[in-house]
Amino acid sequence: MAVVGRACLIIAFAVTLYGIGAAIHGARPGNRRFAESARRAVYATAGLITFAFVILEIAFLRSDFSFATVATHSSTTTPLFYKAAAAWSSQEGSLLLWAFLLSVWSSVVLTITRGRLRDVTPYATAVLLGFAAFFIGLLLFSASPFDTVAGGAPAEGTGLNPLLRHPSMMTHPIALYSGYTLAAVPFAFAIGALIARRIDAEWIAATRRFALASWLALGIGLLLGARWSYVELGWGGYWAWDPVENAALLPWLTATALIHSVQIQEKRGMLKIWNVSLTLATGTLAIVGTFLVRSGILDSIHAFVEQGNTIAWAFTGLIAIICAGSIGLVVSRRALLASEHRIESLLSREAVFLMNNLVLVAITFVVFWGTFFPLISEALTGTKHALGPPWFGKYIVPLSIILAVLSGIGPLLSWRRATAVNTRRNFVIPVGIAVAAVAVSLALGSGHRPAAVLMFGACAFLLGCVGQEFWRGAGARKAMSGESLPVALVSMVRRNRRRYGGYLVHAGVALLFVGIAASSAFQHVTTPTLQVGQTTNVGGYAIHYDRPTAGISTHDGRLEKINLGSDLTVRKNGKFVTRLHTERGYYPTDDASLGVVGRYFEGEQTSEVGLKAGAARDIWSVISPDTDPLKNVIAQGDKVFGNAKNLPPQMGAALLGQAITGIVDRYKRNPPPAQFRFIVSPLVTWIWLGALVILFGGVISIWPPPGGATRRVRAAYMARVGRESAATTQ
Amino acid sequence: MGVALSTAVLLAAALVYTSFSASSEAVRPSQLVSHADPGRSYHLTGKVVDGSIHKAGGTMFFKVRDRDAKSAARAVEIRYTGSVPDPFKDGREVIVDVRKGSGSTFVGAPDSLITKCPSKFSAKKQA
Repeated sequence: MAVVGRACLIIAFAVTLYGIGAAIHGARPGNRRFAESARRAVYATAGLITFAFVILEIAFLRSDFSFATVATHSSTTTPLFYKAAAAWSSQEGSLLLWAFLLSVWSSVVLTITRGRLRDVTPYATAVLLGFAAFFIGLLLFSASPFDTVAGGAPAEGTGLNPLLRHPSMMTHPIALYSGYTLAAVPFAFAIGALIARRIDAEWIAATRRFALASWLALGIGLLLGARWSYVELGWGGYWAWDPVENAALLPWLTATALIHSVQIQEKRGMLKIWNVSLTLATGTLAIVGTFLVRSGILDSIHAFVEQGNTIAWAFTGLIAIICAGSIGLVVSRRALLASEHRIESLLSREAVFLMNNLVLVAITFVVFWGTFFPLISEALTGTKHALGPPWFGKYIVPLSIILAVLSGIGPLLSWRRATAVNTRRNFVIPVGIAVAAVAVSLALGSGHRPAAVLMFGACAFLLGCVGQEFWRGAGARKAMSGESLPVALVSMVRRNRRRYGGYLVHAGVALLFVGIAASSAFQHVTTPTLQVGQTTNVGGYAIHYDRPTAGISTHDGRLEKINLGSDLTVRKNGKFVTRLHTERGYYPTDDASLGVVGRYFEGEQTSEVGLKAGAARDIWSVISPDTDPLKNVIAQGDKVFGNAKNLPPQMGAALLGQAITGIVDRYKRNPPPAQFRFIVSPLVTWIWLGALVILFGGVISIWPPPGGATRRVRAAYMARVGRESAATTQ
Repeated sequence: MGVALSTAVLLAAALVYTSFSASSEAVRPSQLVSHADPGRSYHLTGKVVDGSIHKAGGTMFFKVRDRDAKSAARAVEIRYTGSVPDPFKDGREVIVDVRKGSGSTFVGAPDSLITKCPSKFSAKKQA
């Protein structure tokens, strides 16, 4: 089957190359047939890549170890769910996933825009096929998912890295890659619009939903990554300014700026150059993100330069072409990108939206600089320097506070020019709420963390603004239509999905920022070593080590992992709060040099976090059991089983099982002191809640409006296009 | 526009200035063995030497060698307290902020130890 998969890729590569040529040729007047043919080439590519992807998935599900990638990333003991997800745990698998998603989104957008945007689409098709050709080329010439194992299939595979065995392994990579690939769609249409000199609102209207979908998908990916880090990785944090995290944050930030500034172009015909640039930046950063994650360039610039990493070089070339092409196009079309209006007053919605955009771009720049600083410093000074989370915090915290305030102000101002009377009326309540929030947090003793207090005030203001908008809007509708308040609220949101979805996103951002500020400023951490029966205090809670736990998990009659852990009781002021259970799983390794028994204890280890989450605070616990006292017994076991090579295999397996059970029981009977890590953090739940509100608001915004509204929107949009084309032809 | 531009220039200048003063030099273990200034913080990247991890109470000791070193001859001994990510084990690639301590031991900044993102190891294995 590997041959069929490879054949699919080769044909798809040829089809994309043909399609690029056909699309460019078809862009000329009179060559419409070729443009149509290029569109069908996109569908054909999507079909071929989908088929290749299905072949790889089937190989994983059937544990077909003749595929090299299956043999190194899966095993028969890997649970079915993770066999399916293991397909994209490798370099080649994730590149295939990228190509697959890209080809699907390309087909979707070309179907939607069929018959419209005739000047722009052929170039956009060529760009999308160019991306596809690049990734298929990598799959063919650099990291092939269809390599076979020389000398026949091994009996068993290596298995999926235990750390990746988390439900979000199924969703996190798909969400991130969807976000990256969706960003390619507006990028391609922006390039098309620039080449075809059709820089009106039409290409934006056609691809706005894709920008929003990309933003949404990247947001889901970031959320799942943070959540995975918090509950799975055993260190208790949710964000570390790691390059891989920043890679997804960068395009998300520019996409956030974009979905705000396109509104100004749609309403006022301004900021065209800015919107095109943000679209191109988002698409480019999506490729940079993929590059950061996949090439390992930030780990080691030396290895990258010296060993000639093909993938890294290919990406560098692609990014260079994209950047040069984008900048060149924007500069050469700058006359067409001139604004139709100027900002009339600083007290207008467009002025505040623009400021909010500048803040977002500043944050993007800070994150970009910090992420690439090791490379920048090495290039400038010859020695590699790295920046830590405190440096990021110093810039991101104040910028985020400003962002929260601006997000509140913007929607309350009218377009063009707001009157002072109106402004005062709109801001009394939110400012009052903000002052109250600051007073309350100072009264609760937060004065020693001024940044957090300011953030609470800014977020309270933002929530006040959003709440007031919903309250007034629903009240007005109730008065007009005579509906009850809840009905009026729902129908109001239904009729203005984009607007109220956006407000919900703002409310979610406020909750998220409060959660981040509170949990990072007022966190208590301790890492005590406890014996059974001992108690430690953290953040006002007493945590008692009740008893050790030890057990073996099996899957299909084979040992999957050994679990050593603890039961804990948490009390506050002597009163029972909760029980926690945390343990560490020891997965066996295939490394025979570690000994017959030792290999069951020396493999990968994962923490199972004991977590009591609450609206006000989380109590988080993790154990690192001390296995040193077991080392002697394990060494004895290695010796005994090493000498007893002549045992019949079944008897040996049974005896080995008994030996391991014996060691596990020994730990439980006579537990050595264990090291724990306890974290008491306030308002962590608000982060997850805020993120869910953001996603919910995003889905509302992206949902197609009901029929009537669509007609209204379309009529307004056609009028706008008419005005603009009249303006450009003059 | 003028205000926006000057803000941008100021921010960029602050960024450049603080990033050089706030950063710590990224080094390999063999570089630290040859030379280390007392009191300065280094961002150390390397691989954990097999069998070098041992714990005493809440403190952990381990050695880190260069990524491509064949032996542990030019490895750095580190004393560390704080959180240890799950992937930490013999042979794993780690990053830790360290200062020169007494003798040849370096002291890790608490909670600064990180291991490479797991999506990276699988990519490494085949490389």
